[in-house]
Amino acid sequence: MQFPDAETLCQHLADQIRPSLQPNTVLIGIRTGGEWLARRLHTLLGLKEPPGAIDISFYRDDYGARGLHGRPQRTDIPFSIEDAAVILVDDVLYTGRTTRAALNEIFDFGRPASVELAVLVDRGGRELPIAARYCAHTLPEPLPASQNLQLEQTEDGNLSLRLIDA
Amino acid sequence: MHNPQINRHGELQHLLTLDGLPREVIVGILDHAAPFTEVAEREVKKLPLLRGKSIFNLFFENSTRTRTTFEIAAKRLTADVVNLNVSTSSTAKGESLLDTIDNLCAMHADMFVVRHAASGAPVLIAQHLQAAGRDHIHVINAGDGRHAHPTQGLLDMYTIRHYKHDFGNLVIAIVGDVLHSRVARSQIAALATLGVPEIRVIGPRTLLPTAIDAMGVRTFSDMREGLRDVDVVMMLRLQNERMAGALLPTPQEYYKVWGLTAEKLALARPDAIVMHPGPMNRGIEIDSAVADGAQAVILPQVTFGIAVRMAVMSMLAGQ
Amino acid sequence: MKIRIANGRVVDPAHRIDRVQDVFIAGGKIAAVGQAPDGFAAERTLAADGLVVAPGLIDLAARLREPGFEYRATLESELEAAMAGGVTSVAIPPDTDPVLDEPGLVEMLCYRAKKLNRAHIYPVGALTIALKGERLSEMAELVEAGCVAFSQANEPIVDHMVLLRAMQYAATFGFRVWLQPLSHFLTRGGFAHDGEVANRLGLAGIPVAAETVALFAYLQLARITGARLHITRLSSAEGLALIEQARGEGMDVTCDVSINHLHLCDRDIGHFNTHCHLVPPLRGQQDRDALARGLADGRIDALCSDHTPVDDDHKLKPFSESEPGATGLELLLPLTLKWAAEYELPLPVALARITSDAARLVGITKAGHLAPGARADVCVFDPAARSVVSRDSLKSQGKNTPFLGEELPGQVRYTLVEGQLMFER
Repeated sequence: MQFPDAETLCQHLADQIRPSLQPNTVLIGIRTGGEWLARRLHTLLGLKEPPGAIDISFYRDDYGARGLHGRPQRTDIPFSIEDAAVILVDDVLYTGRTTRAALNEIFDFGRPASVELAVLVDRGGRELPIAARYCAHTLPEPLPASQNLQLEQTEDGNLSLRLIDA
Repeated sequence: MHNPQINRHGELQHLLTLDGLPREVIVGILDHAAPFTEVAEREVKKLPLLRGKSIFNLFFENSTRTRTTFEIAAKRLTADVVNLNVSTSSTAKGESLLDTIDNLCAMHADMFVVRHAASGAPVLIAQHLQAAGRDHIHVINAGDGRHAHPTQGLLDMYTIRHYKHDFGNLVIAIVGDVLHSRVARSQIAALATLGVPEIRVIGPRTLLPTAIDAMGVRTFSDMREGLRDVDVVMMLRLQNERMAGALLPTPQEYYKVWGLTAEKLALARPDAIVMHPGPMNRGIEIDSAVADGAQAVILPQVTFGIAVRMAVMSMLAGQ
Repeated sequence: MKIRIANGRVVDPAHRIDRVQDVFIAGGKIAAVGQAPDGFAAERTLAADGLVVAPGLIDLAARLREPGFEYRATLESELEAAMAGGVTSVAIPPDTDPVLDEPGLVEMLCYRAKKLNRAHIYPVGALTIALKGERLSEMAELVEAGCVAFSQANEPIVDHMVLLRAMQYAATFGFRVWLQPLSHFLTRGGFAHDGEVANRLGLAGIPVAAETVALFAYLQLARITGARLHITRLSSAEGLALIEQARGEGMDVTCDVSINHLHLCDRDIGHFNTHCHLVPPLRGQQDRDALARGLADGRIDALCSDHTPVDDDHKLKPFSESEPGATGLELLLPLTLKWAAEYELPLPVALARITSDAARLVGITKAGHLAPGARADVCVFDPAARSVVSRDSLKSQGKNTPFLGEELPGQVRYTLVEGQLMFER
């Protein structure tokens, strides 16, 4: 399957968000793809507040079955969540479980005025009632579970989408 | 000889001692602890990792301080914590240790945090759980006799790594009652595993084990000689009952010879850090000027201790 | 009943016999070895091809736990275990409850054992009342009741004046004094050999000095008093050296070692294995090797089981809170054979330590050997058979031993006591 160029999608996503920006808008990227994307959007949108980054390892709903895997990183939110208009940024929207975990984690930092979701690609396959307010590209057919779609970043900072077998 | 803290898949099933624990396991725990330090700074100091798990703090020996740190760690992981001060309950009525454990298993415990005056008590509990096929229950040793206090040892390693970054070229001195100290045993085991090239112990002969050389440490009786050029000074607590056992003449003499003062600390490297597992006896093993001084990292130790215990609990429960 | 034990390898250390031949038993005694006595008509013949025919084993220390500790073991269960182990005579330490310090109690014990008609028992009386180390027991009366020696079991006499007088009093009659070299103050509060293992596990240590300091005192007092001193359960190389030194100076002192200390050292404690909680503590590897060599060349006179059944409840505890002791009656022969194999000892030399040598220490003359006229206590075993020690395989009520799960050589086939076949497998 051919995917649109990730760099182009970033532009589209920024264009979608721009009209809705408010003075208290902040970006929070979900590590690691969402974090790269949030940084890129931050530049494209010319926001003042640097983006936050969250690691949802401790909030995963499969912890009981699978335990901790990988090396969890610090969650780093350098601003107050209280009354902020949060845009949660992730690279790919799939089951919605990651978004659920991220929402829970955000609320442990305070009570935001609102939370919206921005993603680069919606690959279908939702298992929870979650939808993205901003989405640069929706796949015409949902991807099979055997495949993983993920964002990659080269050393010079170029973003690209890659499909790999799970 | 089966190591009772490793399960048949080679994973950490219980945390009983740091002695014999592979380097990558120790480093893995320290790495896992790092993100937990950030949780304390949040509005809601809670992670849902152990939601619905029952953790029993079984303290057969009183220690409000240690029990509290485990309780906070467990609660920050959203576990249900039950504190049992067993020294005042069933064992006083003659119930055996393993009967107490069986009873708590019947209440669907997921984890035991055990403090006991007898060396090896948590090992016995772990062996008992294994024999009964209760592989889903985990045991954390919160200090047993003179044997081990692994979470204290780990938080000390975390602290050293935080300030010194690398273990490979450090000179570390442990000062005081090594003979009776589970903390010292865990520290020495971990420091050796992490590759610290020179571990020193300083204290009177009455408070150093006779077979201490086998632990790969250098022993010193003279505080000034032992502290020379060290990077880390790890003080141990002196129990008052040591005077009764003819191990020491008086606290005054102990302080004079082995108490850490600014003047003695000046012999260490200028950037040396001073650690203490608490609670401190000011004016016996450490002078207030040092305890409250710029080189002391005693309070950060306490903070790191919560994160390390959270890491251990979540790693064990997540196997 | 007339019994012929046919075609076995007869090993009788006392008479330096090691030959395949027959043994003839009649009237509870050995009738002949080799040639059948005139007109001997065996009512039963035990085929012993490939088996060793030895004197019934003599154990210098087996706690049968009666009276007082019947929940741990009874005379019935433990004498049954003795039969299964080929042990036909046992010396019993005085640390029963009440202590063996009363002639009536000793008579009762002997009577009970006789009625059970298994192994012969040889009580060792308490040197002091209740083993408290304060007042002397009625030694003369106790000997009349059946005691063969006097000891303090594992309760050392703290007051050296009392010890001096106890030795003097025993020497008055020429009674044997068996003492465990343990210094009260150096042992107190300790649970394991003061070495690397105890330090690693955080177990309070018992230094070797606990043994040597006591030995110094015992040897010196025995020298002064002329007491017939026997040192029980040596644990250290230094302890053995002290005994040798005393012998070099012309002293007549004997000693023994237990099967546990012959084979194990402090490393076997592993992760707090309470089966290895013993009195005296298991020492270092060098100590164990010195003891094994000492027993091989006869500097240590005898080997014993130090049989001490402990119930599971008292072993399933943290090491320092667990009860010391291990079961051993059924392991005496296998562990003797294991040691003999490791040190390449001739079978008669090894067996002497649990037959003729042990008999000499207890003062038994009519058993421990196979001369015509001797009591027909016989142990017939298969030296080639090997079996794994398991809770189920042990007849003793005590299932606790550091050797659980180990495969050991030697299996008893027949045990005869006074010419009666008491056990066969």
